[in-house]
Amino acid sequence: MAISINGQDYALPQDPRTSLLDFIRGEARLPGTKKGCDHGQCGACTVLVNGIRINSCLSLAVTNDGDEVTTIEGLGTLAAPSEMQLAFVAHDGFQCGYCTPGQICSATAMLQEIAAGWPSDATADLGAAPALTDDEIRERMSGNLCRCGAYANIVAAIRDVAGENA
Amino acid sequence: MTVHLKQDAPDNRDVLDGTGQGVIGAPLPRPEGLMKVTGTATYAAEYAVEGCLEGVLVTVPVTRGEVLSIDEHSVLTMPGVVAVISDERMTGRPAQGMAGEAPFQPAQEVCYWGQPVALVVADTFEQARDAAKHLAMEWRSEDAPIDPASVETEEDESTLQGDLAHAMAEAAHSVDVVITTEGHASAAMEPHAALAQWNDGALTVHASLQMLKFNRAELADSLGLEEEQVRLLSPYVGGGFGSKLGVSQEVVAASLAAMKLGRPVRVVMSRQQVFQTVERRSETHQRIRLAADAEGKLTGFGHEALVSNLPGETFAEPVLQSSQFLYAGENRLLKLDLARIHRMTAGSVRAPGEAVGVQTVEQAMDMLAEKVGMDPIELRLRNIPEVHPAKGTPFSSRKLAECLREGAAAFGWEPRPRAPRHTREGEWWIGTGVASGARVHFVEEAKARVTLRPDGTALVETDMTDIGTGTYAILGQVAGEMLGLVPDDIEVRLGDTDLPPGSGSGGSVGAASCGSAVFLACQGLREQLAKRLNVGADELALKDGFARWDGGEKALPELLGGEPLECTGHFEPGASTEDLTVSSFGAFFAEVAVNRWTGETRVRRMTGAFGFGRVLNARTARSQCLGGLTWCIGNALTESLLFDPVDGHLANCDLAEYHVPVNRDVPDLEVLLLEERDAAASPIQAKGVGELGLCGGAGAIANAIYDACGARVFAYPMTPDRVMAAMESSRPPSEST
Ligand code: FES
Ligand code: FES
Repeated sequence: MAISINGQDYALPQDPRTSLLDFIRGEARLPGTKKGCDHGQCGACTVLVNGIRINSCLSLAVTNDGDEVTTIEGLGTLAAPSEMQLAFVAHDGFQCGYCTPGQICSATAMLQEIAAGWPSDATADLGAAPALTDDEIRERMSGNLCRCGAYANIVAAIRDVAGENA
Repeated sequence: MTVHLKQDAPDNRDVLDGTGQGVIGAPLPRPEGLMKVTGTATYAAEYAVEGCLEGVLVTVPVTRGEVLSIDEHSVLTMPGVVAVISDERMTGRPAQGMAGEAPFQPAQEVCYWGQPVALVVADTFEQARDAAKHLAMEWRSEDAPIDPASVETEEDESTLQGDLAHAMAEAAHSVDVVITTEGHASAAMEPHAALAQWNDGALTVHASLQMLKFNRAELADSLGLEEEQVRLLSPYVGGGFGSKLGVSQEVVAASLAAMKLGRPVRVVMSRQQVFQTVERRSETHQRIRLAADAEGKLTGFGHEALVSNLPGETFAEPVLQSSQFLYAGENRLLKLDLARIHRMTAGSVRAPGEAVGVQTVEQAMDMLAEKVGMDPIELRLRNIPEVHPAKGTPFSSRKLAECLREGAAAFGWEPRPRAPRHTREGEWWIGTGVASGARVHFVEEAKARVTLRPDGTALVETDMTDIGTGTYAILGQVAGEMLGLVPDDIEVRLGDTDLPPGSGSGGSVGAASCGSAVFLACQGLREQLAKRLNVGADELALKDGFARWDGGEKALPELLGGEPLECTGHFEPGASTEDLTVSSFGAFFAEVAVNRWTGETRVRRMTGAFGFGRVLNARTARSQCLGGLTWCIGNALTESLLFDPVDGHLANCDLAEYHVPVNRDVPDLEVLLLEERDAAASPIQAKGVGELGLCGGAGAIANAIYDACGARVFAYPMTPDRVMAAMESSRPPSEST
């Protein structure tokens, strides 16, 4: 019975009420993942579970038995930041920084979703592979609120990373 | 050593333009950026403290009344529960910005629905949350007014000059309009949080606060402690927007619990509690009257507003703040009234006053331009007053005309009188709108210590906060420019009351006030270095880690000789602004699409042009403006606090129901920073920029809605139902749908 977070195993919590978010921030001592609302309304708690982005506040930790969780700390570190993390710095894709880990986890997974051909509300032709337009990026990042209003710079950062990998 | 300046006269020396390092104003990345993007910047609730207990606030569903009893035993036997705190020192409201004294106590005297009255403390968060739901209490409740239109009002301020009614009657063209705005929430992404530790009579609290020197006084006063016993730490703050100006309820509750239990206690408000218990921007009911001659020159200007707050609160949303001087008009009537009602505390939400007071005037100006038959930019340019129209004081600096002109050029504004419904794309009407912007300038006393370390690097220290505003970056840049260092060689430490007290972040005071304190400290260091070299401070050049003077050059470490050199800068506002009007200015341009069938508005692009004195970091300043423009969109289209008409409780108390703009709501935004030097504003010639981007722009969106579809909407936010209704009533009878 364990959850793997950034490659390290943690025993499931005793209390079944513990959310995956509180487990990550508390028991696993990885406070990079943020709590903004605890109700699936802001995206600050976004992590990757088996490669797919979720709001970790909406998942009970005990239901993640055997899952591989990647948090912001697992995407990159101070010494070895990821491309997306560097792009957020380069484009000033944040101000207070509180929504930022969620934005970066979300953006990282979002690009994979586009690459895998998942459509979104902004996809005009459901039969074709979604194009990497600003509209697609904005739509797919709309689950991550930023009250500082860094959206324009967030889109620029993602566009930068996506462009390089295109 | 301390260098003190009470700025009694404008400083025209523009010292930072002559120092030569070239870092001031540069669009440098934030030094703390990598920490934020890797999740290693630590916010208030995130410190790992051994044996930390978890507290959850308990609120009551009473609009006005009193808690009679709290039955601790109803929860003390629940698993993990350690204590119930219902100390009389618990605070029922947050402190207002810069209060410096305890907010309303005791919490058990209830003044609004959802007021926190107790704290349940347990071993784990889940246990505390569960027990908080089960805490048995008895209370008494009584009726209370909750509708601002239902009560007697009190006058807060007024300006009367000439005879506005007469000017209106005589005017060739006039506008008389009532516009309402609904309440706003700051909705900072980090919920209010505190982690308190009590050791040997000393209280240490990690909290999420904006103005630490005031917060320290507020907390000490609330608890009955000496300020010296209290240390606050807020090195990272997940957004504030006014909601963290004053010490809030969870900080006091966590502290009381830690003091009582002798163990560390963490209290984090739920998102719902943040909405319901911290503070709101008041709704406003505004009447604007404009009287103009045939050429569109204003002869009369009227702006009246009704706002609300709880009994006992001194704050009244200063709606008229910039209306005092934005436009001319010799006959003036400005009046602000306050209604005492029992909704939660009204306080400062980003750009108090202008954030709701400029956009309404800008709508009225748009209507006047139409009546005069004039391009709306031309109307504005014609009415920029020479001096403050009531006080007669000149402006210290003002880029309003330049913002309007250069913004228009960048936006591609077509100068012409406006006639709506000129462009349609499918089911969307397309239109553009413009608005002026203004935000008064404030500065606040601030201290900062700068130390040149023996290795030639520098350390900047103040209790100032960086709430996303860029303080870490800009203070390093001021020091770098003054000391001839690259930013990598400067460390900035913030957010700790053990450090010299800065201004705090609020009212856009931080950059100019703390920047000036750092500037003064560096001036002191330069003087000390010059003295060592026996040259005048003016003859000393510091660049790239070297001191140079006529006939010599020395690397800083050599000059320092193994010893650190330290100086504290102490900046105080003085008489420099006394006989002047000091404000930042801007102009906003928006293009919108309005759906002719649903009334939905989409902002398609926006341009903002801003003049706010010296730009200290073009990148973080631009980001502040982007944030402001984003807030304009929420302000114009979606944000409103909705109160239950029966008991006054806030109905939309979460991020699903209170609609802040999301990524797809925000189009391409263009920001123009118009450099200026304001010698009276501060010794570094800078004003603030944190709020300006929000002061007027919603009016540009409103005007664009009209230009698109002919709907004049007189209630913010301009939701589809309101736009539809206005569209219907404005449709010419000849046009069939
Ligand atoms: S904390 Fe999970 S979505 Fe807001
Ligand atoms: S950076 Fe502050 S909320 Fe996004």
